[in-house]
Amino acid sequence: MANHEDTFKPGSRLSQWLDERLPVARMMHGQFVDFPTPRNLNYLWTFGGILTFCLGVQIITGIVLAMHYVPNDKMAFDSIEHIRRNVNYGWLLRSVHAVGASMFFVAVYVHIARGLYYGSYKAPREILWILGVIIYLLMMATGFLGYTLPWGQMSFWGVTVITNLFSSLDAVIPGLGTAIVTWLWGGYSVSGVTLNRFFSLHYLLPFVIAGVVGLHIWALHVVGQNNPIGIDIKTKSDSVPMAPYAVMKDLFALFVFIMLFAWFVFFAPDYLGHADNYVEANPLVTPPHIVPEWYYLPFYAILRAVPSKLGGVVLMFGSILVLLFLPWLDTSRVRSARYRPIFKWLLVLFFFTFLALGYLGSKPAEGIYVLWAQIFTAYYFLFFLVLMPIVGVLETPSPMPRSITESVLGDRAAPAKS
Amino acid sequence: MTLAHWTNRLAIGALALASGFAGGAATFYSPVHAAGGEPIHIERQEWSFAGVRGRFDREQLQRGFQVYKEVCASCHGLKRVYFRNLVERGGPMFDEESVKALAASWPNQIFDGPNENGDIATRRGALIKRPALLSDPILGPYDNDKQARAAQNGALPPDLSLITKARSVEFHGGVFAHIGQMLMDIANGYQEAGANYLYALLTGYKDPPKGVTLADGMNYNAAFPGHQIAMVAPFVDGSVKYQNEAVPRTVSQYSKDVTAFLAWAADPRLEERKRMGWLVMLYLLVTAVLLYFAKKRLWSTLH
Ligand code: HEC
Ligand code: HEM
Repeated sequence: MANHEDTFKPGSRLSQWLDERLPVARMMHGQFVDFPTPRNLNYLWTFGGILTFCLGVQIITGIVLAMHYVPNDKMAFDSIEHIRRNVNYGWLLRSVHAVGASMFFVAVYVHIARGLYYGSYKAPREILWILGVIIYLLMMATGFLGYTLPWGQMSFWGVTVITNLFSSLDAVIPGLGTAIVTWLWGGYSVSGVTLNRFFSLHYLLPFVIAGVVGLHIWALHVVGQNNPIGIDIKTKSDSVPMAPYAVMKDLFALFVFIMLFAWFVFFAPDYLGHADNYVEANPLVTPPHIVPEWYYLPFYAILRAVPSKLGGVVLMFGSILVLLFLPWLDTSRVRSARYRPIFKWLLVLFFFTFLALGYLGSKPAEGIYVLWAQIFTAYYFLFFLVLMPIVGVLETPSPMPRSITESVLGDRAAPAKS
Repeated sequence: MTLAHWTNRLAIGALALASGFAGGAATFYSPVHAAGGEPIHIERQEWSFAGVRGRFDREQLQRGFQVYKEVCASCHGLKRVYFRNLVERGGPMFDEESVKALAASWPNQIFDGPNENGDIATRRGALIKRPALLSDPILGPYDNDKQARAAQNGALPPDLSLITKARSVEFHGGVFAHIGQMLMDIANGYQEAGANYLYALLTGYKDPPKGVTLADGMNYNAAFPGHQIAMVAPFVDGSVKYQNEAVPRTVSQYSKDVTAFLAWAADPRLEERKRMGWLVMLYLLVTAVLLYFAKKRLWSTLH
């Protein structure tokens, strides 16, 4: 929050000199040391920091990988193998980057689910939330572009299938879709030209993400963090300074997260990938099942649940874009689902739906799988577009504590003084 | 009894429970590439290199290389593996002199571009090649895919450097059993589906069942998707003479050994990776515990 106490004291003559001219240190101190954080945050609030870590890891490992990688259709696959086998610690770099992408998505899904459960998207955090959705879209784009680079069978055919989705626009304006696809490919098929431009964009987008993350954190620090009870900080005893309290907690959570990360890197680096991507891309051989990376599976299931191609594409993009409107679709004034007896269970069902769609996305689109995908897709949209607005009006919230302090200390809470 | 063994036991127990949950459906694996038809069953094998504490068995790698050299190399290349790799730590670790000699006598020589005279081919049109050095890749018999197909009746014997990573198997069974299995595999660091498939393929040659007619030049294989494979059964019992008399000279043993060798070829850093993994995990654990107590102490002053 913008208006908290400033305890910054320049430690040396130099830092005082600088403070009078460009008070960067004072700003950082204000935003990351003094910054008041609600004292009742649980560990789900550590994932923002974890995501920042993930972004840093991807950028650093990515830059070093790019020193050895060759973005050329004849050499890309070989260059990855060269990195795995011959570059010093290349196997480690590559595993960290590949596993890192998955871990980034694990963290972002927890982060988003946290936001949904505790109503962090509601006023005054609308912009913060929307910036989050934009980051998420950029992450998906970056992951998709990156998956092309090893130029394995799944890379090649994944790109072919996904870029081809745009051709469904032909149903709206004849020729439009095909024109877009040709433009994306840089030719009449996925080729080395496509690979080269995808590499360029894959290198660019993480820095765009970093920029939007900057805005995201800025917006966060204007309105302050939400918390598990969804009631604003009112008194000094409701909050603790970010450093050392929140920082220490974040650090512990980060290390636990890195343990999971490292487990995959060292003991199962290929587990999350697909065997077909160890076969070099071959435009003449189509793999029997083309599946995207696990983190896109729920959306892939939605895409295939719809019999019409255009309809599938619209619903798939719609399923993400609908998130942009949550602050207005949710009509309840209570933020935290903890005090919303009906909404809470609808939301839990939504989380289940999302996981189920992920499972169905990994299955062939046939028989009973399609029917289930349609049922879950229906609930996905029903939840956001119908239940959320209605339940917010109908539901009677359960009793809430009066303040953060009361929720933490119960009877021991000192009488509120403001 | 290794740790991996017991965790596997646990996994089987959990699986039994979980599959009960999913209506008692039987669970099994089939090759990912199988398209339609009756699913093929691929058994899981015990591999010394599987799991979080997995290590290659040095002697097995050496025997596996012998099988590759004497059998597979007449059709398949191993181009991402260099002769020097055979000497390095974590691999078969042959001694350097014998690998030098091996490279020099490797029948599939190296084409290095034009020679001193600027020629690339002999008068009779063959590429001019030189003997391999330690720094050269282990090449197969064919200069390119077209030559390979021409020699193999139209079929292409793939390079084997990545084969155990490039194949996988698919789980059949209930949702919950599947999730249980995935969690157990992650917890065990088990990602050897490709090796299981390769072993099943090499031991999968059988007489075709009644009513199955094979296309020309095709062989029946129980594990191969579609069951008709252009590769002939590569060995029979006794084909390869192992030095160590104690090791059985059977198809099953050859298949195990060459699969282990190819698993190393696809993942030559496996031992280094797992060894480092334990150090990293230890460091993370200790730090996390310290951070936890530091955090606890810090926050305890608040209330
Ligand atoms: C006589 C030549 C020949 C020999 C010897 C041979 N192969 Fe093959 N191999 C082939 C051909 C040809 C194919 C392609 C089969 C097809 O596509 O139907 C093949 C395919 C394969 C495949 C790919 C199967 C798949 O899932 O696509 C593997 C793995 C393999 N061979 C392993 C081996 C191993 C290991 C050895 C040594 C023990 C070996 N081969 C010996 C000719 C051979
Ligand atoms: C690169 C990806 C991202 C990074 C680095 C990031 C970073 C952060 C950080 C550091 C915080 C503060 C700590 C916390 O509350 O966890 C935060 C809060 C928040 N983020 Fe993100 N974020 C990312 C993606 C997203 C996405 C995809 C969304 C939603 C679609 C989102 C929505 C939010 C919201 C609503 C908050 C405020 C939470 C609250 O106060 O309760 N973020 N983010």
